[in-house]
Amino acid sequence: MPRNTLRTVLPIASVSLFLILWTVYVRTAEVSPFVLPPPEAIVAALFEMVQTQELWDHALVTVIEAVSGFCIAVTLGVSLGFIMARVPPVEWAAKPFIVLLQLIPKIALAPLFILWFGFGLESKIVIAAALAFFPVFSNALQAFKSVEPGDKDVFVMLQANPVQRFFMLDLPNALPVVLTGAEVAVVLAMIGAIVGEFIGGNEGLGYLAVAHLQNLAVPELFGVIVILALVGLVLYTLIGRLRRWFSPWHVSTGVA
Amino acid sequence: MPFDAQVMDMEIQVSGLTKIFGDGPGAVTAIENADLALQPGEFVSLLGPSGCGKTTLLRIIAGLEAPTRGGVEVRGQSIWNGKTRSTKATRPVSMMFQEPRLFPWFSVLDNVALPLRVAKVDKKTRRDRAAQICETVGLKDFLHHRPTALSGGMRQRASLARALVTDPQVLLLDEPFGALDAMTRDALNLELMQVCARAKVTTMLVTHSISEAAFLSDRVVVLAPRPARITDIVDMPFDRPRDLDLQQSTQFQAMVGLLRRALSEGH
Repeated sequence: MPRNTLRTVLPIASVSLFLILWTVYVRTAEVSPFVLPPPEAIVAALFEMVQTQELWDHALVTVIEAVSGFCIAVTLGVSLGFIMARVPPVEWAAKPFIVLLQLIPKIALAPLFILWFGFGLESKIVIAAALAFFPVFSNALQAFKSVEPGDKDVFVMLQANPVQRFFMLDLPNALPVVLTGAEVAVVLAMIGAIVGEFIGGNEGLGYLAVAHLQNLAVPELFGVIVILALVGLVLYTLIGRLRRWFSPWHVSTGVA
Repeated sequence: MPFDAQVMDMEIQVSGLTKIFGDGPGAVTAIENADLALQPGEFVSLLGPSGCGKTTLLRIIAGLEAPTRGGVEVRGQSIWNGKTRSTKATRPVSMMFQEPRLFPWFSVLDNVALPLRVAKVDKKTRRDRAAQICETVGLKDFLHHRPTALSGGMRQRASLARALVTDPQVLLLDEPFGALDAMTRDALNLELMQVCARAKVTTMLVTHSISEAAFLSDRVVVLAPRPARITDIVDMPFDRPRDLDLQQSTQFQAMVGLLRRALSEGH
């Protein structure tokens, strides 16, 4: 078979095979539907869920939390990264805190944020931002530092002012790496929002998952996981598009 | 000719220039007590082996590196006041680097127009001017390409166009074609010579190629390493315009031999 046909056929075939094996296993081994429901039960549950307003309300809450947290993380990460790259003493002073914060599993801070910011949206946004911050920040720091001395010389020769240099050199030079960090960050922001919803509150897809678990509504629980995956996919794809749009020259984009 | 009378019309005046990197026992003298004067429109090459401080000399004139002692004047204005570069004195100076130093986020046209954009020239004027200069260096068909899509020779053409777009009075070239193959290099050198003559720009070229220095220059400044210093300044008595056939002439070969001896005596 030609390569291109294989590329279309093989993923479909492997997913179908996986679903068939799943169904066969659940039937022959007589697995309890409370442990692992068959695929068709999950599809049926999903079908009913997407017709309820409730699911979309919860999904919207999670998206708002994750996107807000992500935006805060990008704003803080890019500005701090730039300042520390340009003013090394700031980096030296901040270094112990950065190392310490990087070593703490940020998830462990979630209960603390609930304590500080309550059970509403705010605490989830803060958790999402805390998780999403580091990939953006460390990529931004590296990217803003890695301006080649020869490129700086060009702007010195042209007597460019700092603002001109930032917009014509530092920012476009850093953008591909910063946006690669943002791709990772948006996934982490989703995780942060959901963990926050697990711990406290009565809104969001994370809350919905826990609620279904407590009712032993296992197919619905799987349904929530599928929805979460789809939301994550949409956000990740959006940032990826953004990266390719903003840095069409970069090797990571794959066009000359 | 009395030295003082000459100073008045000099485009570039380098006097007692010394640059020492580091201090204490680890200090390295990159250039020692260099004196040099360029007349307007003159093409002068700095010729020497690697490590003789020729690039450092160029960078001090460009205002990219502060001298330890001595000074540089362009059109009677000091480039350096102590460790501070004068933005006014460096304004008529343009520099082309070893690497093209084009920015992949701009098109070829926008790269060439960059100096005008920084100088806040309006969009239409700077694009027209950039397109015009691109045409003179043979880039007419590549204006809207990305620099990454160009060959090495084409990139250096764009880099040259960017250096000339502001109509500089002084053009500094740091081994601009060193990384190119011999044929492209010959072609570009020929064009460089024509463009510089047309623009009446005072040019200073750093090179380690003897024939390149002899072919392009009115005068060749020979430098020696350890300690880095100027050992000789040799006139190149060839008529202009010059073409590539000049390099086959016995007179040219004789000058190349002379420069080679001057270089080896410096060691």
